[in-house]
Amino acid sequence: MSEGEMTRLKEEVEEKKKLISTLRNKPWRMRRRLECLKDAQQFVEKFEGALGKGKGRKLYAFKVMMTKKWIKFNRDFENFKTACIPWERKIKEVESHFGSSVASYFLFLRWMYGMNLVLFGFVFGLVVIPEVLMGLPYGSIPRKTVPRDEQAKAMDFSVLFEFGGYCKYSFLFYGYYNNQRTIGLLQFRLPLSYLLVGVGSFGYSLMVVIRTMAKNSNEGGDGAEEGDFTFAWKMFTSWDYLIGNSETADNKFASITTSFKESIVDEQENQKDENIHLRRFLRVLANLLILCSLGGSGYLIYYVVKRSQTYANMDEDELSWFEKNEVEFVMSLLGLVCPPLFETIAELEEYHPRIALKWQLGRIFALFLGNLYTFLFALFDEVNAKLEREETIKNATIWAMKEHYSNFSELNNSTAITPLSINPADVMRGPCWETAVGIEFMKLTVSDIQVTYLTILFGDFLRALAVRFLNYCWCWDLEAGFPSYAEFDISGNVLGLIFNQGMIWMGAFYAPGLVGLNVLRLLTSMYFQCWAVMTCNVPHERVFKASKSNNFYMGLLLLILFLSMLPVVYTIMTLPPSFDCGPFSGKQKMYDVIIETIDKDLPAFLGTLFTYAANPGLIIPAVLLMVLAIYYLNSVSKAYKHANNELRKKMQMQRDEEKNRRNNKDSTNQVMKDLEDLLPKKSPISASAKENAEVRSELGDKPSKVSQKPGAVATGRGVNLQRDVSLAMANPRMAVTRPPGPRGPSALPGNTLQVPGGRGRGRGQNPRR
Amino acid sequence: MGTTASQLPKDLLSEYQELTFLTKQEILLAHKRFTELVAKEDRNDPSPRVPMSKILTLPELKSNPFRKRICHVFSTSESKDGSLTFEDFLDLLSAFSDSATLEIKSHYAFRIFDFDDDGTLDRGDLEKLVNCLTGETDDTRLTPEEMKQLINNILEESDIDKDGTVNLSEFQHVISRSPDFVSSFKIVL
Repeated sequence: MSEGEMTRLKEEVEEKKKLISTLRNKPWRMRRRLECLKDAQQFVEKFEGALGKGKGRKLYAFKVMMTKKWIKFNRDFENFKTACIPWERKIKEVESHFGSSVASYFLFLRWMYGMNLVLFGFVFGLVVIPEVLMGLPYGSIPRKTVPRDEQAKAMDFSVLFEFGGYCKYSFLFYGYYNNQRTIGLLQFRLPLSYLLVGVGSFGYSLMVVIRTMAKNSNEGGDGAEEGDFTFAWKMFTSWDYLIGNSETADNKFASITTSFKESIVDEQENQKDENIHLRRFLRVLANLLILCSLGGSGYLIYYVVKRSQTYANMDEDELSWFEKNEVEFVMSLLGLVCPPLFETIAELEEYHPRIALKWQLGRIFALFLGNLYTFLFALFDEVNAKLEREETIKNATIWAMKEHYSNFSELNNSTAITPLSINPADVMRGPCWETAVGIEFMKLTVSDIQVTYLTILFGDFLRALAVRFLNYCWCWDLEAGFPSYAEFDISGNVLGLIFNQGMIWMGAFYAPGLVGLNVLRLLTSMYFQCWAVMTCNVPHERVFKASKSNNFYMGLLLLILFLSMLPVVYTIMTLPPSFDCGPFSGKQKMYDVIIETIDKDLPAFLGTLFTYAANPGLIIPAVLLMVLAIYYLNSVSKAYKHANNELRKKMQMQRDEEKNRRNNKDSTNQVMKDLEDLLPKKSPISASAKENAEVRSELGDKPSKVSQKPGAVATGRGVNLQRDVSLAMANPRMAVTRPPGPRGPSALPGNTLQVPGGRGRGRGQNPRR
Repeated sequence: MGTTASQLPKDLLSEYQELTFLTKQEILLAHKRFTELVAKEDRNDPSPRVPMSKILTLPELKSNPFRKRICHVFSTSESKDGSLTFEDFLDLLSAFSDSATLEIKSHYAFRIFDFDDDGTLDRGDLEKLVNCLTGETDDTRLTPEEMKQLINNILEESDIDKDGTVNLSEFQHVISRSPDFVSSFKIVL
């Protein structure tokens, strides 16, 4: 075979292969697709063998075999991955009873569980296991031993529950880890690993969140304004095909009917005269009230944390349980009470439900954020206080050591000094602020878990029991009126999940055990909440879709990620680590570990390289470059948006033109109008509409070419235009059999001057019989 | 069980994987559920056909207001009785699966909504569509005036060439901009 034939054959084989891979996109019957597939496969096999002859045959055959194996491997891997996803059945059951919006919460929960599992794997495998297996055991050094005066109560349940006693001096918290540079046979560098895992978990979480956001934004429909297609969308897309339960279906019918009736009424009643001033005043008042309550809650938390510091100085036995756990109690209470308060205040404002929901979410977000940061600031004060105390203790220990040495040399008159050997439990300890911070976060998480589960039990389950059983002997119908069964609060639960994750991110550096706790919590949450939803909740009455809400929640998660990263990074960079506990003890700053590693473990040239790279003279230009790149990308995206808008306007203009033409037949072209009058009268409108469609299709090359400019992002739309066109022609029922006729008038020079590009429709009114 | 019809041959399985948007587990599950619906006397048939009444007992389709239309659209029987073979069933699941493209979904959605199968959605189709969506009982239905107003609004929004009907390309134009369509047009076994 000649070269030309070979390449042509190769092209055909490639084409057939492409056909095979796109067969599933074609809306044919399975029979037809099977036949097509078999044909294509036979062709490929026959000619691939022929192509294999000649030079390079073995390589070609090998390539072909590897491609086939790769495709099969990919498919098997995809199948395996789908099989590994847990809780599919459960979520599907929830979906069929409650619709896709409630199920989206459980999908989010499952996603969080996956991310936390990976973080747990990192922390456990790279920090906890090496220290436990290869490090020094419990009791060998002071930081790993319970101090003598605490040993009496170290096993008490109440102490353990507060994460004191044996818990405090275990691998769960920062203080347990030894600062030996390398441990064990493998010379595992634990302090370095601790730091890198801490920073790496943020990096991994960031990557995962952004990847999910990008995937979600690709799926969503692009850019049509909300009001464009309200009725058509309500009609064609409002039914949720996942519903498999007749009660839910009835609810859905009712809500669809209500929404139809409402929008019909809305359309008619667009000019509603209301008192704007009263409404504005009420809205300002509502916002003022809410700001007051936000400020109040922030102050309450600050006050409570300050009080807990004074409690910490008092003797533990004098404090009641309430006083010891005041901070967590107050924070959970606020998180429980304030959102319904906001909702009732928001009724003054009278917004449309979707806008009201956004305001509500924004306010709850502000509440949680304010609380968290107030908590952090108060904690920060505590840390500073501990650091001061540490200074005094450090001085005291150094002084005691010096005294021992001087006594020793005095008594024995020799220069060889044996170090003091004290039982680890008796050594004077510093206040180890990192472990204290870790304990606070642990306690906060535990109380958060308790509050969530208790709310579900009391708020949903007991309420459902009461409604069901008291209904028999109550004066009014409990099920239909107040209080009735609860609906599943999607936004509240999702926000709770997001903030919980924020706390985990903040606390994981100081308490490696926190991530494990969270994994357990998410696991039990899944089962518990699935059970609660199916048993105690009813489907929503009014379902309006906050449709792009997926990316909204992801955006919140991203924001929380940044906000939780800030305190951790700040402490790594500025605060000095405790002198006697944790993997960084003895160093000036925590990141000194990295500098130490570069000096001692890496080859010399890398060290000089890093010193050069860390030079401000290099970093500042790099930062400038990044800022310029951001500015450039920003302006490019603005240009794309502008191009999009232009295209959209053009389409709108075309549509309006059509409308005008249909409505008043007022052609803008005087020549055309005259010509029309000369022509025989047209029969039904549909015939000319079909003509228009087909003429617009050929002359529609212009607008679609415009949209296929290289810079235009709207390639999807451009392709759609073309595809619209071809599909319209392929519709078998539209008997568009007439070919475009001779373009008489368009040949006239006068017309081409007057009627620019896209208005080819004017020319379309040709005689065509 | 134990006849050839109840086990899916391996090459056919891989071909189905190639031609649909379903994974292997989904195809096997579909096969299992389908064979449960096949009547005893048809078990030995190489490609058994299940009547529409039995398909409509599936819980996923039972509450769907468009269930009869779905069966008619995916059915390949000459007598137009809405019965499905296994391959038709796979076609159905593939079009409604999570990974199906927007084009496939909108194509089939159009055919489902086209009650009289004439290739366009005219007033009669739209009326039947609204009646399906508002339920069976009289107090949930719309009054004739409301219906007329609603259909006028819909045609004004979607009918670009003003011929009084919505054709496939106009339908796809409207649907491709909706952010909810892909996620709600889903059936999973």
